[in-house]
Amino acid sequence: MSQTTQSPADAPSDEAVAKERGARAALWRKGLQQGLAFGTLVVLLLFFSIASNNFFTWSNISGILLATAVIGILALGTTFVITTGGIDLSIGTGMTLAAVMTGIVAVNLGLPLIFGVLAGIATGALMGLINGINVAYLKLPPFIATLAMMMVAQGLALVISGVRPIYFSGVPGFKDIALGTLIPSLPNAVLIMFILAAVAYFLLSKTVFGRYTVAIGSNEEATRLSGVNTNRWLVTIYTVAGVFTGIAGVVLAARLDSAQPQLGVGYELQAIAAVIIGGTSLLGGRGSIVGTLIGALIMSVLINGLRIMSIQTEWQNVVVGVVIAIAVFADSLRNRRGL
Amino acid sequence: MRFSKRTALVAGAATFALALAGCSGGGAPATSGEPEAGGDGETLQIALVSKGFQHQFWQAVRTGAEEAAEELGVEVTFEGPAAETEIDAQLQMLQAAIDRGPDAIGYAALDPQACIPLYEAAESAGIPIVEFDAGCESEYGQNLAATDSMAAGALAAQNMAELIGGEGQVGIVGHSQINSTGVERRDGFVEEIEANYPDIEIVDIQYGDGDHLRSADIAKAMIAAHPDLVGLYGTNEGSAIGIVNAVTELGLPAGELTIVGFDSGAAQVDAIRNGVMAGAITQDPIGIGRTVVENAVAAINGEELDDFTDTGSYWYDAENLEDPEIAAVLYE
Repeated sequence: MSQTTQSPADAPSDEAVAKERGARAALWRKGLQQGLAFGTLVVLLLFFSIASNNFFTWSNISGILLATAVIGILALGTTFVITTGGIDLSIGTGMTLAAVMTGIVAVNLGLPLIFGVLAGIATGALMGLINGINVAYLKLPPFIATLAMMMVAQGLALVISGVRPIYFSGVPGFKDIALGTLIPSLPNAVLIMFILAAVAYFLLSKTVFGRYTVAIGSNEEATRLSGVNTNRWLVTIYTVAGVFTGIAGVVLAARLDSAQPQLGVGYELQAIAAVIIGGTSLLGGRGSIVGTLIGALIMSVLINGLRIMSIQTEWQNVVVGVVIAIAVFADSLRNRRGL
Repeated sequence: MRFSKRTALVAGAATFALALAGCSGGGAPATSGEPEAGGDGETLQIALVSKGFQHQFWQAVRTGAEEAAEELGVEVTFEGPAAETEIDAQLQMLQAAIDRGPDAIGYAALDPQACIPLYEAAESAGIPIVEFDAGCESEYGQNLAATDSMAAGALAAQNMAELIGGEGQVGIVGHSQINSTGVERRDGFVEEIEANYPDIEIVDIQYGDGDHLRSADIAKAMIAAHPDLVGLYGTNEGSAIGIVNAVTELGLPAGELTIVGFDSGAAQVDAIRNGVMAGAITQDPIGIGRTVVENAVAAINGEELDDFTDTGSYWYDAENLEDPEIAAVLYE
């Protein structure tokens, strides 16, 4: 991103031009990334449509979208954290803990469903808050802070549930949160993902919150020195990510009509992969919500397509791994050339 | 500089996370009865090291073990790794159990060979080992109390064949292409179909690790890819429930696709009751737990044990769900 250094003798107008050029380059690069990701998605869709007659049917496309919902919601939230240069490994098992808390409140305590949903979201927010405090004030590296939370959440989910699934069969309407269709033939879980994507897009690109998220990721020290309370913003950012985790937990429980306490390990890596494929930089300072959504779709289109073609499960993993590696390599290549 | 540190952290992120997550296991040992110091008190101590802990099946094994322990007046501890892929974590649990010096150990091997050195350690410590669910390829272990998984898979195939009228395309949603139960339940099914039902074609086999969500997405893809599919077989609870969820989400009428499941659990029993699932194979996990504790006590007393105890597998459906002998082997 850095332009060639200007000599002090240069006229101010030159500086302005350079800045302008820099901004345009940044915009163009962002467009290129999303363009690449989107292009990949289109190529995959075309490829699988040609490879199998049964791929491009509404039933299957709707299945792909539904399969994207949980990972997609996790990925949207964690985009903020990764944009600050952090990482959140607690989202997979955190989502499970949120689902279990929803079950405890709505099933075991028998409170109205809305309290169960709120309990799930609040659980996510609380875990995010603790992550944020550990990172911002206790100065734990995000990797370690959230790794610890990942284990705590996994353990608590098992303890609180008594190591058995909680079924929502006695809670009418809960399943509809994920599987009802407010828009005909589009599952609500998908609708929720798109609404949250719009919210996240607004937050990241149109608000002070979003600007500070990017600023902290670009240079936390400089942001702090310019008078921003970066610690407080970091806590807010991790908490917002936690809210997304909580919502993902509720959607997951609704889709399965049950809270499965052993689920969730590995989901965080899929979500992180979706974010990275979408062009958000692991180094921080650059994040894209549209990219994350496309990244999550690429992952599930790829997996679904390979399944439709009856490719062996082992090879599916190999292909997905290679695609992630290529995506990140392409990203780093662009950075190196300073495009 | 801040960035370089972060970069370094992030670089190893994926592998590191997986490795550490592996150790984070949900293997809190559970003790029944009063805790007592050492293995040489008046109460016999039996340490059970299971393949898993969180799954309902292992909880049912634990229930059976604790029941038998209470009747026989012995104490059991029960532990297992968080996932059935964590061979290493399980070996550490076995090592720790040997170090504690109980009167006997009950072991369900995740890997049939990795356990051999530890069996030698147990032998030199003079601790007898009885086996459950899956054995170790060592001469030292005594009696394996387990379900004959090949026979169970074949039983699933016979019922599937009968339900679909002996012809058509079927698919399998497996839970593991590696561990022995996953492999044998699949192979038992496949071999039975190939040997006796030439008009049935197995069009696809995929694996969802027993994850409800992933298994549902796999089943949906299979149904989309094979419009003529008439039956789906799920090789464990998570796989079977995944298929049920897929059919429900697609809005297919109950019974249009013949679903054969495995194991029990509340959701599966419900699905059978309301006709979405045709039936399932159940093992007797409580019986496995009981048998291993009884065998452990017999081994401590120096009794001669058989090499293998088949604890049995049973077909159950809406018809016989309430029969006492079936109801006894189903778990919540």
